[in-house]
Amino acid sequence: MLQVNVNQEIVLSPEKAIEMYRRMMTIRRFEQRSIELYREGSIRGYFHPYLGEEAIAVGVCEALRNDDAIVSTHRGHGHCIAKGMDLGRMMAELLGREGGYCRGRGGSMHIADVSGGVLGANGIVGGGIPIAIGVAKGFRLFGTDRIAVCFFSDGASNNGVFAESINMAAIWNLPVLFVLENNHYAVSTRIDETSMSAALADRATAYGIQAETINGNEVDLVYETATRGAGLCRKGGGPFLMECKTYRHGGHHVNDPGSYMPKDEMDFWRGKNDPIDRWRSRLISSGLAEGEDLNRIDGEVESLLDEAVEFAKRSPEPSVEEFLAELEASRCHE
Amino acid sequence: MSRVIMYREALNEAIAEEMRRDRTVFLAGEGVAERGGSFRTSVGLLDEFGPERVVDTPISEASFTGLGVGAAIVGCRPIIEILFVDFATLIMDQLVNQAAKYDFMSGGRGRVPMVVRTQGGSGNGLAAQHSQSLEAWFYHVPGLKVVMPATPYDAKGLLKSAIRDDDPVVFIEHKLLYMSKGEAPEEEYTVPLGRADVKREGNDVTLISYSRHTLLCLEAARKLSEEGIDVEVVDLRTLSPLDKETILASARKTGRVVVVHEACKQGGVGGDIAAMIMEEAFDYLDAPVVRVAGLDTPIPFNVTLENACTPDIKKICSAARLLLYRNEVM
Ligand SMILES: Cc1ncc(C[n+]2csc(CCOP(=O)(O)OP(=O)(O)O)c2C)c(N)n1
Ligand SMILES: [Mg+2]
Repeated sequence: MLQVNVNQEIVLSPEKAIEMYRRMMTIRRFEQRSIELYREGSIRGYFHPYLGEEAIAVGVCEALRNDDAIVSTHRGHGHCIAKGMDLGRMMAELLGREGGYCRGRGGSMHIADVSGGVLGANGIVGGGIPIAIGVAKGFRLFGTDRIAVCFFSDGASNNGVFAESINMAAIWNLPVLFVLENNHYAVSTRIDETSMSAALADRATAYGIQAETINGNEVDLVYETATRGAGLCRKGGGPFLMECKTYRHGGHHVNDPGSYMPKDEMDFWRGKNDPIDRWRSRLISSGLAEGEDLNRIDGEVESLLDEAVEFAKRSPEPSVEEFLAELEASRCHE
Repeated sequence: MSRVIMYREALNEAIAEEMRRDRTVFLAGEGVAERGGSFRTSVGLLDEFGPERVVDTPISEASFTGLGVGAAIVGCRPIIEILFVDFATLIMDQLVNQAAKYDFMSGGRGRVPMVVRTQGGSGNGLAAQHSQSLEAWFYHVPGLKVVMPATPYDAKGLLKSAIRDDDPVVFIEHKLLYMSKGEAPEEEYTVPLGRADVKREGNDVTLISYSRHTLLCLEAARKLSEEGIDVEVVDLRTLSPLDKETILASARKTGRVVVVHEACKQGGVGGDIAAMIMEEAFDYLDAPVVRVAGLDTPIPFNVTLENACTPDIKKICSAARLLLYRNEVM
């Protein structure tokens, strides 16, 4: 068998290797199709695409158990898909429909599947970080070995809640896998303008947490690191932070052209270091798949997305009357 | 000479003029420098005043607000920008426990001449954490001034006064107003804090409001005038200190008052104003003071539900007619 994994102890089966390709492609096409829907006016509000960062969500979530939970961010669609959320119900939520995960009340920035372990995207930068340590606390209190995964980006690591939360995770040895998606930007502000240290992972080691920095666009590397990190957490070995270097394929949100992002940098991350292209070549060069196999997968992904869009568009608009009636019923004094 | 400018340009001019006039004024917030502000209110300021006075911050709201407090104590006039009023949750200690009480606790020996500029309101599909109207929180705290302008003219004049004021001022803009236009003189002017503005005179009923809903009240007044109802519109402009005199004068004149705001009804500023009118002008009233306010709910993402949460012109008109015992006009 061809060796795809980096670390000999962690086996990446051919099925999983192919599945990771499918998932990354699903995220990419979900985002691209949603952006089309945004442009035609079917989606409104804020929309922060996960384009370019697919390998992180996929590599991490493939290393989890179904009963583990994740806490997401404003750039959360990729996390949701990687954790196994249904594409149709996700799309319906982006369209604000009754059939969406949150009945059209949350939208992109608040999408959640609480019973499925996706405890919410978040409109507040850093808002999810303390929640993640609480989830881990709860899991341990109940005597389980489930873990909490906390996705956040470089900008959030400058918020006070990050320092407070990693400190508490450290002193109480909580099973939290912190996944720092360092895409180098918070909106248009580069991380080197707001941090004097290039290695954000050092912030975790300073608080006594094990941490590593990797290329977040290599899905096998992400998978391997997350598997080790999750294993450590599960065994009571304490929290673990992985800093995954990555880059957005465009501006901060769909209406931001990202003109402040240097062209050579963008070319590198979108070209040679694109997570999907990289993995595609790896699968082919290691003999795990032929180009045709992967093209077939691309086709399957497209059909699933056709169905998702179809489902979302057919899903009814929420009813104002019902909404008002629920509000009325939720009052205690009337 | 007067010209027409946008609300966001009015704010930009106010900041630039005050920065020219007083070198202790500086602006700090996320994306205010290089990007010129998420709502384009600080375009050009970095070029003119440089990075020491126009500062891009990390996403560290609690602490850069505290930075504003400290700088204000030693004599600066910081303008701290919080992108959405929803994120004011993060700065409440610095604002409420530190800034608001510093003057009092120091026996009047320390001042905090800081402005926190922020932006609120619904209407853009931004859902529950980016659409709130939280002014009642600040209104409730002794030591804070609260300003919510409706027009470019007021926005500019009030922001200039807020910057010159020696107390902490929370200055809340409305996200749907940035592109709205209005007349403003080219010459320098200020609008004093704590003074309401009667934006339309009338004798039958008073609509009291602030921020964007002032404009909706003016629209409602025009509609009602077609039905022969003569409406007075009072724009509070500053919520704290509240201009009781103007409010009471109008209540005494018309005897009928509707208080209108976008924020949730429960615990809203409208309840306080209604109680104040009842306490101080009861004998002049011909009807109870009523509130037309936002529904007591987080703002939903879906556009139809979102719109249902905020009072519209129809609801304002209905309330006014009700006070005059007029039947609904279809
Ligand atoms: C507390 C808070 N401050 C500011 C914002 C506005 N905002 C939304 S996303 C963002 C940038 C976040 O950067 P980062 O954490 O690096 O996440 P990324 O967008 O790169 O995924 C900002 C400033 C917010 N939503 N919440
Ligand atoms: Mg980032």
